[in-house]
Amino acid sequence: MWNWFHKLASPPHFYRIASAFEPWLLWLAIACMLTGAYGGLVLAPADHVQGDGFRIIYVHVPAAFLSMFSYALMAVASGIGLIWRMKLAFSVAAATAPVGAAFTFLALVTGAIWGQPMWGSYWEWDPRLTSELILLFLFLGYIFLRQALAETRQADRASGILALVGVVNLPIIHYSVEWWNSIHQGPSLIKLEAPSITTDMLWPLLAMIIGYQLLFLAILMTSVRTQVLQREQNARWITEQLGTENIHG
Amino acid sequence: MLQAFQLVISRELQMAFRRWSDLALPVIFFMIVCMLFPLAVGQDQAILQKIGPGAIWVAALLATLLSLNTLYREDFDDGTLEQLALSTQPLTILLLAKTVAHWIVTELPLIAITPLLTLGFNLPAEGVYGLMLTLLAGTPALSLLGSVGAALTAGLHQASGLIALLLLPLTIPILIFGARAADLAASGQSIAGPLYLLGGLSVLALTLCPFATAAAVRVSLD
Amino acid sequence: MNEFLDMGGYAKYVWSTYSISLIVLTLTVVLCKRTLTNTRKRVLRRQASLKESQT
Repeated sequence: MWNWFHKLASPPHFYRIASAFEPWLLWLAIACMLTGAYGGLVLAPADHVQGDGFRIIYVHVPAAFLSMFSYALMAVASGIGLIWRMKLAFSVAAATAPVGAAFTFLALVTGAIWGQPMWGSYWEWDPRLTSELILLFLFLGYIFLRQALAETRQADRASGILALVGVVNLPIIHYSVEWWNSIHQGPSLIKLEAPSITTDMLWPLLAMIIGYQLLFLAILMTSVRTQVLQREQNARWITEQLGTENIHG
Repeated sequence: MLQAFQLVISRELQMAFRRWSDLALPVIFFMIVCMLFPLAVGQDQAILQKIGPGAIWVAALLATLLSLNTLYREDFDDGTLEQLALSTQPLTILLLAKTVAHWIVTELPLIAITPLLTLGFNLPAEGVYGLMLTLLAGTPALSLLGSVGAALTAGLHQASGLIALLLLPLTIPILIFGARAADLAASGQSIAGPLYLLGGLSVLALTLCPFATAAAVRVSLD
Repeated sequence: MNEFLDMGGYAKYVWSTYSISLIVLTLTVVLCKRTLTNTRKRVLRRQASLKESQT
């Protein structure tokens, strides 16, 4: 087991495994998402409070879930990189940030559009949307810090420290925003969630979340390879690897 | 170790008083931002009284941000930071001393001038007292978090925008609890709850941030 | 069919969120793949020029 883990952590090995797995992950993700979308749009009954408007949940919740998952993964990978000086971990952290930002953006936009019919306005200072907005800025800060530091080694470690500080802060931010919202509660009381969820409504949501998760992994396989290539462009295995890739097309 | 801590603080204080313009800049900025709010929203006393505590907290946050640009820049450029990192004393303690000095020269003047600024928002006396208490409890966390951000960007020139992007999202809990407590105080209610939370945040920042700052300084020096 | 497209009056909101999600996700996949292709090309070019300078 340990041996296997060590092998996976070596960039050449990971690069090969990632190339092999990526198409599978992508197709599985598409299959799951299509199933989820069909279940969510067609099979699931309309909610008795929100009508068909609740179907936005199937694109909003997975995006929100993945945005938080991405930040956690980024922080864990950064921590592993900082403590065990593992280069691959930093590659994973660097590759996760833009994808996480994309999911956060999606969660925000879908949440705002969902808010219009439910609250009567696109933006309401709902605690979860507010946290999501702050999360977007945390991702942007990470990305911009990496951009500003030209040297990869320095960018890795500096942004890693930032990710760790951010992940400690994230629960505090979340709690403080909830607390703030409970005091300044606006007139709207409908929360962005289906009030009483039935099995017909639930399974498409799970399918969507799994689909989003697989898609995230597929994208990660691509982006981590980009990071590995950039970091190891002088290594000999890269020449050999790219040579075989060229023969196979 | 305690001696080194004191030495760094006294050196920082001496340096700060020698260049009094650096000392005055955040305070003046703080005053200007506070002045902007009445000019922007009009002179309706009820509205001003309502937004006063929050506005002063936002201004204090921005003034702190302004002061962070110079926190490590000069020491980085002239090699002082490298000397600190090479010294036999733990870097965490030395940098904590620098942060404490930063709090004394930046945040204390801000807190001291707050009563004057509350006049512009027509805050009641107990509100002024409460506001100063919340600033006293919350600004240490601001300084400590700020020192992490300043250390991460120490090697970069013109990083002020970047520091703002890195730090402002992280300081949101401090702002929420601080402004809320100040708000409660202004309406004559007990502020114990949010004040404790604010103090808790400062203590948490005190236990974690110095290590992050030290790690960040080592990365920047690399 | 029309009833399905109408989404009980929520057509505007439901279809816009689904299409935005589709667009953003596709864009992310495509951009990441393109960055990989470009990086690969750059590394290959770099190695080719290195080999040339050696001989």
